Amino acid sequence: MGRYVIRRLFQMIPVFIGATFLIFVMVYALGDPVAALFGDKAPDPATAARIREDLGLDKPLWQQYLHYMGNIFRGDFGTAFNGQKVTELMATAFPVTAKLTFVAIVIEIIVGIALGVVSGLKRGRPLDTSLLVLTLIVISVPTFVSGYLLQYLFGLKLGWVRPTVSTDAPLNELILPGIVLALVSLAYVTRLTRTSIAENARADYVRTAVAKGLPRRRVITKHLLRNSLIPVVTFIGADIGALMGGAIVTERIFNIHGVGYQLYNGILRGNTPTVVGFVTILVIVFLVANLLVDLLYAVLDPRIRYA
Amino acid sequence: MPDKTVEKVTTATGEPAPAVVAPDSGPGAAKARSLWSDAWHDLRRNPLFLISAVLIVFLLVMAAWPSLFTSASPRDADLANHFREAPHWGNFFSPEWLGYDLQGRSVYARIVYGARASIMVGVGVTVCVTIIGTVVGMIAGYFGGWLDAVLSRVTDVFLGIPFILGALVVLNAFDQRSVWVVIMALAFLGWTQIARVARGAVITIKQADYVVAARALGASTYRIMFKHILPNALAPIIVVATIALGGYIAAEATLSFLGVGLTEPTVSWGGDVNSGRADLRVAPHTLIVPSVMVSITVLSFLMFGDAVRNALDPKLR
Repeated sequence: MGRYVIRRLFQMIPVFIGATFLIFVMVYALGDPVAALFGDKAPDPATAARIREDLGLDKPLWQQYLHYMGNIFRGDFGTAFNGQKVTELMATAFPVTAKLTFVAIVIEIIVGIALGVVSGLKRGRPLDTSLLVLTLIVISVPTFVSGYLLQYLFGLKLGWVRPTVSTDAPLNELILPGIVLALVSLAYVTRLTRTSIAENARADYVRTAVAKGLPRRRVITKHLLRNSLIPVVTFIGADIGALMGGAIVTERIFNIHGVGYQLYNGILRGNTPTVVGFVTILVIVFLVANLLVDLLYAVLDPRIRYA
Repeated sequence: MPDKTVEKVTTATGEPAPAVVAPDSGPGAAKARSLWSDAWHDLRRNPLFLISAVLIVFLLVMAAWPSLFTSASPRDADLANHFREAPHWGNFFSPEWLGYDLQGRSVYARIVYGARASIMVGVGVTVCVTIIGTVVGMIAGYFGGWLDAVLSRVTDVFLGIPFILGALVVLNAFDQRSVWVVIMALAFLGWTQIARVARGAVITIKQADYVVAARALGASTYRIMFKHILPNALAPIIVVATIALGGYIAAEATLSFLGVGLTEPTVSWGGDVNSGRADLRVAPHTLIVPSVMVSITVLSFLMFGDAVRNALDPKLR
């Protein structure tokens, strides 16, 4: 197990370097941060050249990258163009998005798995068919559509919730955005659980458990569910990284000042240190979440052993 | 969002080997059918497939000849019509049918003309991604070794960057974003899922007896790859590609909504949702109508892809 973890950690290094370098190249090669500083005005060439020199932008790209990475490992993510430290921005943005992701994942797990179990046990019945069609519809509605529809319905028409979230983002205001963020994944969790439950419901161990007279509830929760959850856990684990990076749309609709908000503004304004810094953290979250999922495999399924 | 579709699709077709399964020619079967004719036989009886096929044909006609559906122009703005709502008992399919937007343009005409951009981006990205992904996946899967290691790591690198985020960065660099720019940007970031599926399929197939036999007979690498492996690896690739198509349409709409997708003068549903955003309280129809249109389009392609998957993957029958 220990050796497996170490091997995986080493495998993560090239992917981490590659992904951060790719985003670095895309941000620096495609955009011009100095021009972005000046907005719509054309920068004075001499001033532009001086700023370029100050920021180290006149050096070749790979040198800039190495310099940047060196700073990151000393905890210095650079300074955003408005003079704020990127680490300060992170300290306010990441907790908000983490909370939002947490709400979304909890909704996804509870509702998705419950619907999936019901659907899988009633395979082929009208309830199952209608749930399947419903999940397909939910998957095809893009987040910005469901976000606005739910905001319009619950926030403006019915007035049950505040249409936008206040700056400190308390948990109760994050419930509606959490639902919006979770919806598509929730449909996938339902479908995955359904397939897995329907497949395992015919397994020998389930028949044995029923035959020895266990109550139905116990057969489902202890025997069937535990064995069926493995693909679902993989999906949810991979989803944590995707949700944190994919919250851009949800955060924009509900005016939540989290990672997506900072990234969106950073990209539009060519604020390169912010963008590269935030994406670096997101890549780490993504890689670590995937590693944890693989390790969870062994806990859920004792047949899987990592040498 | 497409990246989620990626996860789901790759797990759903994690072991793509349907093509290798020989059709069962028992005594009852009158004639052994190929995988494709078998799938077609299945599809013709699937109501979801028929509904989605009709919807898709409808959308394709709308994209090709929008003037068949409306006489109004999507760019004719008359401020006298500013935010005019739809008449309660108006004529269906007349220009005022779905009301007017901020600048007094017919919302109905705009959704009719918006179909072209969405369909072009969806189809264009899918074609590019399928070609790039299949080539990369086949090279990695067939040759293996260090080539496979390098290509797989490159795939991992692209997967590590959230799709919408990467597209935001790339597209933000362009001032004028036509359909082609958006297609190139999405294809640049999106080829990884097909590459993974193709690699898996090729690895399974290259151990099949007929490939070994072809090699023993002295067939060239080129011939083995294109005449023996590719036709048999095609089924899982097509399944992933059809489902992904809907995802790319949603991605384009999302990017246009974020303000980095298609720019004027291209008429785009996502862009219309974005401009209707500020007027949600005053004129909800300017936002809701194009939103519903995007959803219906994505739904048709997802239903289509779902039906094709069920027909091509014998394990799901």
